[in-house]
Amino acid sequence: MLKALLARMRQGYRTKPFPYEPPQMPERFAGLPELAAGCAEGCAACADACPTEAIRRAADGSPELDLGRCLFCRRCERACASGHVAFTRQHDLAAFTREGLVRRPGMGYSHVLQPDDGIRRLIGRSLKIRQVSAGGCAACELDVNVLNTLAWDMGRFGIQMVASPRHADCILVTGPVSRNMLLALRKTWDAVPRPGFVIACGTCAISGGIYAGSPQVCDGVTDILKPDLYVPGCPPHPAVLLEALIRFMGRRLRND
Amino acid sequence: MSQQPFLLLGNPGAASLERLPLLPFEEFRELLLHAVRDRGMRVSAFFAWEARGGRRLVAALSDDTAGRVCLTSAPAPERYACLTREAAAFHWFERELHEETGIVPEGHPWLKPIRFCSGRDGEEPAVTDYFRLHGHAAHEVAVGPVHAGVIEPGHFRFQCLGEDVHTLEISLGYQHRGVERMLVGGPSKRTPFVMETIAGDSSAAYAGAYCGLLEALDEDAGVSPRDAQIRLLAWELERIANHIGDLGALAGDVAFLQTAAFCGRIRGDFLNLTAAICGNRFGRGLVTPGGVGWKVDEMLADRLLRALDTNAADLSHALELMFEAPSVLDRLENTGTVTDGQARDIGLVGVAARACGLRRDVRVTHPYGPYGALSLSPATVRTGDVFARATVRRLELTASLELARGALRQLAGDELSKAAGRAPRVCRPSTIAVSLAEAWRGEVCQVAITDGQGRFERLKVVDPSFHNWFGLALALRNGQISDFPICNKSFNLSYCGHDL
Ligand code: SF4
Ligand code: SF4
Repeated sequence: MLKALLARMRQGYRTKPFPYEPPQMPERFAGLPELAAGCAEGCAACADACPTEAIRRAADGSPELDLGRCLFCRRCERACASGHVAFTRQHDLAAFTREGLVRRPGMGYSHVLQPDDGIRRLIGRSLKIRQVSAGGCAACELDVNVLNTLAWDMGRFGIQMVASPRHADCILVTGPVSRNMLLALRKTWDAVPRPGFVIACGTCAISGGIYAGSPQVCDGVTDILKPDLYVPGCPPHPAVLLEALIRFMGRRLRND
Repeated sequence: MSQQPFLLLGNPGAASLERLPLLPFEEFRELLLHAVRDRGMRVSAFFAWEARGGRRLVAALSDDTAGRVCLTSAPAPERYACLTREAAAFHWFERELHEETGIVPEGHPWLKPIRFCSGRDGEEPAVTDYFRLHGHAAHEVAVGPVHAGVIEPGHFRFQCLGEDVHTLEISLGYQHRGVERMLVGGPSKRTPFVMETIAGDSSAAYAGAYCGLLEALDEDAGVSPRDAQIRLLAWELERIANHIGDLGALAGDVAFLQTAAFCGRIRGDFLNLTAAICGNRFGRGLVTPGGVGWKVDEMLADRLLRALDTNAADLSHALELMFEAPSVLDRLENTGTVTDGQARDIGLVGVAARACGLRRDVRVTHPYGPYGALSLSPATVRTGDVFARATVRRLELTASLELARGALRQLAGDELSKAAGRAPRVCRPSTIAVSLAEAWRGEVCQVAITDGQGRFERLKVVDPSFHNWFGLALALRNGQISDFPICNKSFNLSYCGHDL
């Protein structure tokens, strides 16, 4: 017992000040990209470099980046000679709609999720999540799990992972939805009491990501169960996900 | 014509396809059985390849004594007497072969699909036959594919007599996303990303193995000394973070919550070191063909070195608590034992093999890149139980921390030559290349065969979990269902790496 107390003293209180304070993202972290208009005629260096067709020149000639397909690999940023693609460390990446993930020049931080009173009234102060892993590489799951560690401690916000879908308010899907998981995904979703929400976590779940186009996957959950929250990243950094979940619950944070 | 039965390659290594032996099938069969049973070679890969002259079977055996990979091939028959009955290490490979090509290894004891990827009617995971135990006291417990926790999908069937587990059958394939098919025709701009996410917790190791392939396929490629140290750092940080996670999870499963809580946090601290180098906690984009995607200058190295020391002190303290607690030891010892004989027979690799006393560590037996200049020895324990697998991890943590420190000290100093590396530019056409890497779970094997234009015609990937899932099934025999969580954590195998 004494040993346990001493150990606790030695390891100290280690829960992060985030989300009450802005997170400390790694210096080299690729967060929300900023795009600039005015690209040279005929240049498609960014699109040519991109492994997942996440970035392209839109009809008006300016770059357009779909966070829902993006791996945050920075190939486009490196390929663009005029610096029209630049990744910031901004971690507010999630959106309520698929269209909300598309970034265009001059959008600033309009991205921050606006609290939705409807959702808040429904789920109150607790969000029970049934996670469904469906294809993918397991890194998304690992960084979901991290929110349970004392460093992030999502339990503080009433967010909890549950074993039974019948106890869940929502399912959080990771992976591109492999054909072999489609049935299990559907059955799990059917067992969630309605209204029920769907969260697509990670680029795979949103669009198929790296595996988009493989005949063995469904290119994400988007066309299967129309998600209510999209959290981009490969995988989403724990700060990205925690912020998204808390905002999804309609809670206000920091300077809201 | 007398030819060598094997093409011998280093790690990584490549040779013209003309040099790949093509043996009569019977000779091929005898050769493989002899090599595995009598000479102690390991089956690193065994697969079919649609060669222009007709379909072939290709085998890549690892000779741990000579540090070579031995390649050979034969025309693929439609049916043949299975190898599994005489050398169990082939059992999973022959199931895979049958599922992918329809070739029948006759007499195979359990020729069931391992991934359910054929799209054939009636072949769906979980809707299939299982090994069944009949009788008065027998009962069956089915778990998954959606598990209680946040973890990948898989299906487990326990056949029990009372509380005792008679057999456990593990049925996978839910994570199958067609990786090998996607790699054909590469290298493309997507290839490195597919490689890094075959098992997303082993991205650095997979990227390393893939770089090995490319660097072997282009003789002019080379890695600079600084980049080689950054790679070493990436690989060892990956091992450290995952081993910590596993020990913490084991502590959690035996309700030793202190170490579980501390390790959960400390694992994150190590992931954050990787993120400090490349921005991503899983090392994505860090190990790249010809070198690394991010530089570590003296200042950053110095900062990382100090952070590493702080984290290491917290870690050793957290682990001491756990390994000194009699209640923990009592639960881990003599649970889930795999004997060294079983381990050798079924071809275990990595942590699970070393926990049975086998000296299997590719960094030592087939050293690649910076490991060649180090004198390492595998961390082994003999008892083969959960405790042994935990102890191997603990020993390796100490060793890996030392390796990471060594790399960082060199990066922080100015002795390393500033010579630049050369990225691979082309892949030699009509060539076979092989690359092994010791990921934190064990051996990753990649075999590439290029076509006349230097594109991947076949890319075979073997994850350590491919060898080891059956080890988990054996560990449970005659145990209790309640032992499953700690046995499972002590192996902590990859579903996506297996399912591809
Ligand atoms: S950062 Fe995103 S948009 Fe840019 S190249 Fe990578 S995947 Fe494509
Ligand atoms: S989004 Fe990226 S990290 Fe997440 S499962 Fe897919 S490949 Fe893995």
